[in-house]
Amino acid sequence: MRGQPSLCDVLTPRSLDEALSLRAACPEARPLAGGTDLMVPFAAGRLPDRLFLNLWGLEELRGITVSEDEVTLGALTLFREVAAHPLLQREFPNLVRSAKVTGALAIQSRGSLGGNIANGSPAADTPPSLLAYGADLELSSLRGARWVPYAGFHTGYKCSLLASDELITRIRLSRSREGGFHYFRKVGTRQAQAIAKVSLAAWGRVAGGRLQELRLALGSVAPMPIRATGTEGILLGQPVTELPFEAAHQALQADISPIDDLRSSARFRRRVAGNLLLEMLRGLGPA
Amino acid sequence: MNDFAHIGRSVQRKEGRAKVTGAASFTDDLRIEGLLHGATVRSRVPRGRITGIHFEEGFPWAEFVIVTARDIPGKNAVAHLMLDQPCLADGVVNHAEEPIVLLAHPDPLRVQDARERVRVDVEPLPAVLGIEESLRCDPVIWGQDNIFKTILIAKGDPEAAAALGHLRLDATYHTGAQEHVYIEPNAIIGEASAGGVLVRGSMQCPYYVHHALHELFQLPLEKVRVVQVETGGGFGGKEDYPSMLACHAALLSWKAGGRPVKIAYDREEDMACTTKRHPSRTRIRSAFAADGTLLSLDVEFLLDGGAYMTLSPVVLSRGALHASGPYRCPDLRIRARALATNTPPHGAFRGFGAPQSLFAIERHMDEAAQRLGLDPADLRRKNLLCTGDAMATGQIMRDEVDLVALMDRALTEIRYAEKRAAYPVLNATDDPVKRGVGFSVFMHGGGFTGSGETMLNSVAALEGTAEGQVRVLAASTEMGQGANTVFAQVAAEALQAPVDLIVVAPPDTGLVPNSGPTVASRTTQVVGKLVLDAGLAMRKTLLEAGLLQDGDVGTAIRTYVARHGALRTESRYQKPDFVEWDDATYRGDAYATYAWACYAADLRVDLVSYETQVADFVAVQEVGRVLNPTLAAGQIEGGVAQGIGWGLNEEVIWRQGSMANHQMSNYLIATAADLPRIRVFFEERPYAYGPGGAKGLGELPMDGPAPALLNAVQHALQVVPRQVPMTPEVLMDLVEGG
Repeated sequence: MRGQPSLCDVLTPRSLDEALSLRAACPEARPLAGGTDLMVPFAAGRLPDRLFLNLWGLEELRGITVSEDEVTLGALTLFREVAAHPLLQREFPNLVRSAKVTGALAIQSRGSLGGNIANGSPAADTPPSLLAYGADLELSSLRGARWVPYAGFHTGYKCSLLASDELITRIRLSRSREGGFHYFRKVGTRQAQAIAKVSLAAWGRVAGGRLQELRLALGSVAPMPIRATGTEGILLGQPVTELPFEAAHQALQADISPIDDLRSSARFRRRVAGNLLLEMLRGLGPA
Repeated sequence: MNDFAHIGRSVQRKEGRAKVTGAASFTDDLRIEGLLHGATVRSRVPRGRITGIHFEEGFPWAEFVIVTARDIPGKNAVAHLMLDQPCLADGVVNHAEEPIVLLAHPDPLRVQDARERVRVDVEPLPAVLGIEESLRCDPVIWGQDNIFKTILIAKGDPEAAAALGHLRLDATYHTGAQEHVYIEPNAIIGEASAGGVLVRGSMQCPYYVHHALHELFQLPLEKVRVVQVETGGGFGGKEDYPSMLACHAALLSWKAGGRPVKIAYDREEDMACTTKRHPSRTRIRSAFAADGTLLSLDVEFLLDGGAYMTLSPVVLSRGALHASGPYRCPDLRIRARALATNTPPHGAFRGFGAPQSLFAIERHMDEAAQRLGLDPADLRRKNLLCTGDAMATGQIMRDEVDLVALMDRALTEIRYAEKRAAYPVLNATDDPVKRGVGFSVFMHGGGFTGSGETMLNSVAALEGTAEGQVRVLAASTEMGQGANTVFAQVAAEALQAPVDLIVVAPPDTGLVPNSGPTVASRTTQVVGKLVLDAGLAMRKTLLEAGLLQDGDVGTAIRTYVARHGALRTESRYQKPDFVEWDDATYRGDAYATYAWACYAADLRVDLVSYETQVADFVAVQEVGRVLNPTLAAGQIEGGVAQGIGWGLNEEVIWRQGSMANHQMSNYLIATAADLPRIRVFFEERPYAYGPGGAKGLGELPMDGPAPALLNAVQHALQVVPRQVPMTPEVLMDLVEGG
């Protein structure tokens, strides 16, 4: 291991209030939840941070609560808990599937939804599903809590709306998914335990033979997880029997901005993102 | 029929329990008093002149042991075939990651920190980063012409024969580097002083390490001792590299006045710095008659050897000797060259050059079949070697072998004929998932090439103990493949004793004779035979002493040792009488025997994601007698998994002569989810010169999967893939146009 534990300090608050106080007092302390993203560069000696704010023990950030209209997930909800939740399985299958393809069981037992969002990786597996379901995030600080739409949260590569004194505390999904369709597919370099090369999550609703609602989101094709709003605009309101495949495909190419990296090429990502869109649209079929 | 008591039975692994329970101690587990931890400062550029080495001011360097090329007592070289590779770069660097400075400290984290505080100034020089640049001698970086070794195998007149061809085909194939990803990264502990050198660690070939240390320290042979510690996989990756690591650990210890020094690479360093499979380029020009008869082959086989010679000439030799595949061809020429480039030296990896050249010929046969309008199976039926035929070097096929039957068994198991006909119909629909079935036929020579076994002159011994046990004394190492267990079975068979009576001594050059390196599928076939013969000799000794009347071998040994003080028998390699080989002309018996196989794959390609999923895989092979069915099947399954990885997924991405994706998150080997059930079948034809009739089998399963998969891709998509790995990105370009 090349990380230097002796050069690091970890602050471990016992309550959310204490955590928010420490966050405000030491903005340089890197929030540490499951650690599944941070420990990789740490072990390789590539993590510049020396001070950490350990959120792992905060019970206030755990738990999934269901009301008539909403599901609220604590930011420390683990992928394993998402995958095992019967209501999520029924109503939010994309989120469940994306949690199940995040790393291996060990990672799923330690990694959290809030951590996945805060880390801001464009290749993270659950964010496209959360975007497709129109999730909201609760951001908390000593100044109070505010709810923001997840769709606007990421502002660039590893940049977000999160202020230096804030923590992500909850994630909220609205229910009423009846009659909707769900599509999720991750294309990685292998069938398991791989980082996504492209992923696409979609939720929509068809009524009266037309596509009345649609949210499309992608991973690994932009500096951050994104909504393909241009593509959504082309498709919304269209009859499902005559979807404008070609125009939607073109709009998608304008919505995304993939790059060449160690895992794949921009060309491949563009083409496969387009293929996934077409596969999703064909699945809508003649209603 | 099995007339044996132990041979042919799935005896439990000797060291299995210790490994499963975690009791087994690997090098990094050993607790050693006064241990220092070593680290390596390396070149960041592929080629250049070292103009200065700077140690950060104000850092407590006095706490550290520091070694540079200047501290080397003997010759600054890691001895392999040549002495061209320095132990530490001196004046120039010839590849990225080349070691320049060694550091040691009692605290493993401190030494990692210190590594970042050494700055090496290098004035870059133009570098050669691939086969094409090396061929152009732009610039010359090694010798006169960048060529480590040239081999020519020639028979008949391929030009004249090609002129009569109905089909003439000219195609070039490429294969990429491959990382071994053994479970345990390289690790060595060295202790060195004027009194002697002791090295313990993870390795395949203790006597190779012994040779390198002897050359480096110029000490008498008996003052150098090398001990193999439990080793977590090798696959060839611990054939030559441990010599380098042993030299480093021993040099640090030497400078530290003999204190033990451990160097244990982490995964990133191991992937970036140690050897990989040689990348290759193979051009095949062939001619076939209209009925599919192979008339001539002209093969140019090129390997990227990296910056120093290491083992490249030998890898080249095996690749060249397998380049014409299992086919009868009266007129052929195989020209092979290993070339220097400014990348870390490529080294041994399961298959040792043969997977590269066999990939080319087995793809070429399917291309030829398509052009001739023949089924690939029918084309092979016409040309497969038969008993009595001459191979490329003029070697006459002495073994009774029926390759057509072997092939047909694999094709029946995979339901080839039915799928070959049905899939094109299914593939014509708009389902984006396309299906294909394909196969490969191939062989793998067992043991060292040509006169190699004679030159090795291997010895193995058995020793009776005062407690009535038998110790196998051999330098051949257990690295997960099952050598200990097979040795015990063979010795028990010879002695007519229970397997539990046999223990295998740790490979320690102070204790065991040199039975040669643990490579080249030779351990069972060659060393196993020595163990068997030593066992037969021991039984004879006991019989002659009149001690075996009641049949209890343990008691007999105990009595013998009590009476005579010691009981030891040994056996030295003797080549089978018929083997004749001429290294100068590359004519004769390249290998005493071959294992033969046909592998078949049924796969799906998803044209949405360009992912390939293997749905069924059949591996049929003839490896002589199978000594331990469970271990043998495990070797085949593991080799197939490694072959599927090389064929589809495992891509080493080079940037400025350095592996950019040197992490397991970016260099992806196949998981269980990526693999089909691998169905393994053995044809057993006992080989007269192997123990109990066994041949080598460890490398064979690496040779066949890649061409079988790509032949199935050709069937599924009607494209002509000519390179591995066939990643989704490459496949997309093939399907959709680059």
